[in-house]
Amino acid sequence: MTTKQTFLGVNVPKPRVAFFELSSCEGCQLQILNNEATLLDFLSMVEIVTFREGMTEKSDEYDVAFVEGCITRKDEEQRLLTIRKNAGLVVALGSCACFGGVNQLKNRFNDLNWVKKEVYGDHPIDTQEAKPISTLIDVDLEIYGCPIKKEEVEDIVVNLILGKSIDHPKYPVCMECKAKSNICLFDLGEPCLGPITRAGCDAWCPSSRLGCWGCRGPAPEANIKQLLHICNEREIPMERVMDRLECFGGFSESIEQLRRTEGR
Amino acid sequence: MIFKMFPAAELEDLFALLAVNRIIGPISKGLNKDGHELFDFDHVTDFSHLKIAYTQTIHSAKKFCLPHHEETSTFTFTGDDWQKEVDFGAHQPLVLFGLHPCDINSLNKLDKVLMDSIYPNPFYGAKRQNMLIIGHSCTPQPACFCQSMGTDTVLAGCDLFLTLLGDDYFAEVHSSRAYHLLEQLDCWEPGAKDHARFRASIEKRSDSFTNTVDTSDLTKILDMEFASQVWQQWGERCLSCGTCAQVCPTCYCYGIEEKVDMDLSRAVKNKQLYSCNLIDFAEVAGGHNFRPESHTRLKYRYYHKHRGFVEAFEEALCTGCGRCGTSCLAGITVPEVIASVRGGSHDA
Repeated sequence: MTTKQTFLGVNVPKPRVAFFELSSCEGCQLQILNNEATLLDFLSMVEIVTFREGMTEKSDEYDVAFVEGCITRKDEEQRLLTIRKNAGLVVALGSCACFGGVNQLKNRFNDLNWVKKEVYGDHPIDTQEAKPISTLIDVDLEIYGCPIKKEEVEDIVVNLILGKSIDHPKYPVCMECKAKSNICLFDLGEPCLGPITRAGCDAWCPSSRLGCWGCRGPAPEANIKQLLHICNEREIPMERVMDRLECFGGFSESIEQLRRTEGR
Repeated sequence: MIFKMFPAAELEDLFALLAVNRIIGPISKGLNKDGHELFDFDHVTDFSHLKIAYTQTIHSAKKFCLPHHEETSTFTFTGDDWQKEVDFGAHQPLVLFGLHPCDINSLNKLDKVLMDSIYPNPFYGAKRQNMLIIGHSCTPQPACFCQSMGTDTVLAGCDLFLTLLGDDYFAEVHSSRAYHLLEQLDCWEPGAKDHARFRASIEKRSDSFTNTVDTSDLTKILDMEFASQVWQQWGERCLSCGTCAQVCPTCYCYGIEEKVDMDLSRAVKNKQLYSCNLIDFAEVAGGHNFRPESHTRLKYRYYHKHRGFVEAFEEALCTGCGRCGTSCLAGITVPEVIASVRGGSHDA
């Protein structure tokens, strides 16, 4: 049932929305449900037709598909192709869908069979290299974060409905961190990827005095070389920095390049 | 100018007299990794939390009249009609207690742009004019170069300026409000001996600056060195993170964004302080970016502060507080950048 909604007297669409999960913890979808204060408003703005975390009903008729998780199995590839066929708009929801997320850490090992054996022992399981969904289908919109920030998703959905442009912040986390008058984590001797990571999280981790792990991937201007130099100057072990750079997959291209040029 | 003296112990009484208002002052934010105390401006309700002998705060006091985020207007929709509400955000008077000369002078500089220009900014002005400012003397820190910028002393822009002379305060009374406040303390008229103590104190302070910037003919030199290689060298180091502008007491550039509530019945127009070092600062409609490279953005920040503003207002848009250099992880400091530009071929 679709009820009409208007903005300034003009009819605006109330899209049929579906949520899907590939390999992920489904934490991003939980985020959508988490913010009870705005949940009812969110539910009245869109018509949710499929959402495993929140309802039993399912439908293949939807305008917008939010896909959480990365591809690690053959059957997920098939599901994803079907979602792309059914949806007008496919949104990659969260760092797993955008970059491979924590799951892509296994790609670092040269021998994936060894990984499979180490994790699952003698229980055979279909699992392959973890890949972002954009490696298989065209993605219309990416929403970054591990997990995503509910407020950001809400703003994006409002803008979608109103036909406004959707712009992610192009500045790094430092801007949001400074606006909150936080103490710089480097002053406390902690590494932080805030200076190179795309903002939009409202400096979530640094505000709790946890240096940024780069879950939202690189800002459009990310001076990684300088950040490594800064960490080095401050005697922060390179492994600690690389752990963060590699954690969510957003920086994988930059790391590859670094490895090639500097043999890290 | 009216001068008064009062015992330093009575600073607490002055604080108490003002405590019917909201007081903003320097407080401790803990220790850094090297054990040095970090300070910032915040609301102070208890005199014992006021760190009046602070070195330098991480952020400036500008956020109390020029916040990082501000709702400039809200819109309420009913059917196809809408109503606009504007709130300048000056809900209560603020007392800024213990501002150093650099920060008082920075507000004076902001006033020139945001209050005294053809189009005054009422959001800034409303808050700025609802402030009582008590200045306090400071000890020059290694990063401070206010002396070079001519902002190491206060001629105007505060109600009261206090200089600590041993166990007493030497008070410069800049407003009638301050005069009436001091009437409630045990003040005395400074005599020749007090004047001598004051002069010895300011001389000692003047001699203790260790950091300098040569600003002579700087506007011309910047014009000559527009194509200098040093900009590129500093640009390579720049993280384009905007931290310098965020902590700067005089940066006022901003962006505007409109946001509609989820029930589509209300919208807000948000103002956010921005930085010319951010990648999309000079991006215009259609997507063209006039300054896509970090060195061009960094350069323009210096040109605005040390060339354009000087030509327009006969002073730099920099108070020499040193915060940008202290906060810059890449170690880009104003004295070093300007020295390298002056040197022409200096190593960045």
